[in-house]
Formats: sequence, structure tokens, C-alpha cells
Amino acid sequence: MTTARQNIHEYLAELDDIPGTRIYTAARARKGYWINQFAMSLMKAENRARFKADERAYLDEWNISEEAKVALMARDYNTLLDLGGNVYFLSKLFSSDGIPFAEAVSTMTDMTWPEYRQMMLDGGRAPQGNRSIKGGY
Amino acid sequence: MAKITAGVGSSHVPLLGVAVDQGKSRDDYFGPIFAGYDWTREWEKQEKPDVVILVYNDHASAFDANIIPTFAIGCGEHYKSADEGWGPRPVPDVEGHADLAWHIAQSLILDDFDMTIINEMDVDHGLTVPLSMMFGQPEKWPVKVVPLAVNVVTYPVPSGNRCWALGEAIARAVESFPEDLNVQIWGTGGMSHQLQGPRAGLLNREWDNKFLDLLASDNDDVRHIPHIEYLRETGSEGKERDKTCVSHWQAPEPSAKSTSMA
Repeated sequence: MTTARQNIHEYLAELDDIPGTRIYTAARARKGYWINQFAMSLMKAENRARFKADERAYLDEWNISEEAKVALMARDYNTLLDLGGNVYFLSKLFSSDGIPFAEAVSTMTDMTWPEYRQMMLDGGRAPQGNRSIKGGY
Repeated sequence: MAKITAGVGSSHVPLLGVAVDQGKSRDDYFGPIFAGYDWTREWEKQEKPDVVILVYNDHASAFDANIIPTFAIGCGEHYKSADEGWGPRPVPDVEGHADLAWHIAQSLILDDFDMTIINEMDVDHGLTVPLSMMFGQPEKWPVKVVPLAVNVVTYPVPSGNRCWALGEAIARAVESFPEDLNVQIWGTGGMSHQLQGPRAGLLNREWDNKFLDLLASDNDDVRHIPHIEYLRETGSEGKERDKTCVSHWQAPEPSAKSTSMA
């Protein structure tokens, strides 16, 4: 029934050892709080309309860094992940743009959208070599 | 007395909801997935559950970055379909079972689970897609639903062990509800998937099948899989499968009652 209690520092260090992946930890949640709350605001049709009418003006209403505003306007999702954005929240921006979730996801990889879609149809990205940065397996 | 008669596992891929809503569920692309649910749909018509305890995950819809409940139970009378950025899914409102939900909430708290109680919330594709997969496009859902949301967004998410123990506590809670009710418990998540970063698109069929075998087995090894194994092997969103751990052990005949998971 009981599981040995895990050391929090070891736990968190392991989460940063996955290639090409940013796990949404407390540190990222704190850093990206307003990026994510901005994205949540796009769940209302009137906010989507205001954002689309003038993205810069809408973003200026939020406590978001200039770097993050530029990344949001460029739909530079990898930079947004580094700045504490999270895909569950950012997906509201994908939807506001009217593009498929998978297409937005493909922009974070080194593939084009057709290439990414073909990879998924062929069984996806293999785990081999993608599990651990330190271990290289 | 209320009784849990079955456990069901299902995918909630949002695109499946789009397929239903746009009438594409039997086309060449989606047809095979929906055909996989035909048996289960027929079976549900015969089982006629009164209530489904639907263990799912909210995808930053009802819960924003502000309040992050690890386990939240919906005790409201009804829930609307959430607007996830393209307008709400055109599905019926979800009717709650407030009496049963409040009974479960109270029982769980007395059983040492510190539940968050939700009175009003919208429910996103995580909850409505499984209903569509099981029941199609009715005027009104044929069951009442007790939503039970598990955090999978912000780490640490709850352990598999804790989810399993919650499932056991839910069973005790249902058994002590005096009204005669046919209750099913559903768990919905995903197998391997990663939706972010350069590693996006990771799929690990071998590990997924191993996981499903563990769920169907008589032992409880599945509760002790550490987060890092899920993340390395199955992608950053692969942990969404945790809800199946809550519902797993309930099923009287787990292997016969589970359905496909994407």
C-alpha cells in the first residue's frame, strides 16, 4: 500500500532530464502565470474578437513581458514554453487562430505540418533516444 | 442501495468530438475508431446506467492558472459545454446527480481525501467526448453524471497510488448511498501522447500495451509506476491516463468492460 516517499529535489531534477520537453512545474507555472491567464481569456468570444482586431493592444492590457508578447504575436510556442506557457492554456490561442491542435503542435518540432502528420500516421515519434538527456537512451 | 456495476475506459481525443459534431464519424478516416465503440454502445443500451461517475481531466477550461485542485468533484445540478476557443461543442447540457455527488464528496472527506467541491463549472472535451463516444448524439444524455476532475496540468500531479486509493474510497462511498442506483465509473485519458516541444508526437505502443495488460491483471503493480516513467516513455501528456487507475479496479470484469483508448 505505501510507496517510499520521493525526495522532492530528485523528483524535480528528473523532470528536466527529458529531451525536447518542458514539464509544467511550479517554477514554470509561476513564471508563465499571466501568459496562461491571457490565453484563458480567449475562451470568451468577445475577447477573441478584441484580440484579433488588435493583438498588440490586447496584449498590452496584460502583465506580460515584452519578450512574451513578441513570442505570442509570432506564435513562437517553444519560446512561450520556455517563458512558462503551457500547452493546455496556449491551445486556446490555437483554437482562436482556427488551426488544428496538431498543426500548432507541429510548429514546435523540426518538421513541417504535412511531415508531422505523416509521422503520426506512420506510428508517431519513437521513444528510442528520446527518453533521457543524461542517459542518452 | 447504489451499486457500481461496471468500469469503462475511453479516449477523449478532441478531434473525435469534432468528427461527431460535423457528421464525419463514419467516414474513411474516423470510421474504424467509431466502429471500435459499436459493441460498447450496444452494451450501454442494455446496461442502462442511472449515473456515471466520470473521472476525467480538465484541460485548463473550468480551472485556470489561479486555482489548481488535485481532485475536484462536481456537486452541481447541471454543467454546460465549455468554450475552448472555437465555441462550445453542440452537445446537450450534462445533468449532474447532486445528491449522489454530495454524498460521495462528504464520504471521501471523511475517508481522508481532501476534495475540492465544485458547484458551478463548464465541462470540456475531456468529459463530453466520452459521452459522445458511448451515446452518440441524443437530444438529452441518457445518464446523470458526477464529474470528478484529476489535475494533470501542473506538476506534481497525484500519484497512481493515490488515484487507485481514491477509486477504492469512491466505491465505499457509492455502496453507502441508500437509493437504488445503477452506477458506472468511467475513466478517460489517453495512451502515449506529447503535445508540446521538439519531442512532440512521441508514441510508445509497446509501453501502452504493457500498461493495458497491467490494468487488466489481478495485481496492483500499475499503482506504483512513477511519474518520470510515464513522462519518459509516453510523453508529457501521457499522464492523462491516470483517471483509468481510479476506475480500474472497480470493474467486476475489467477485461470485458474496457474499450479502446487512443
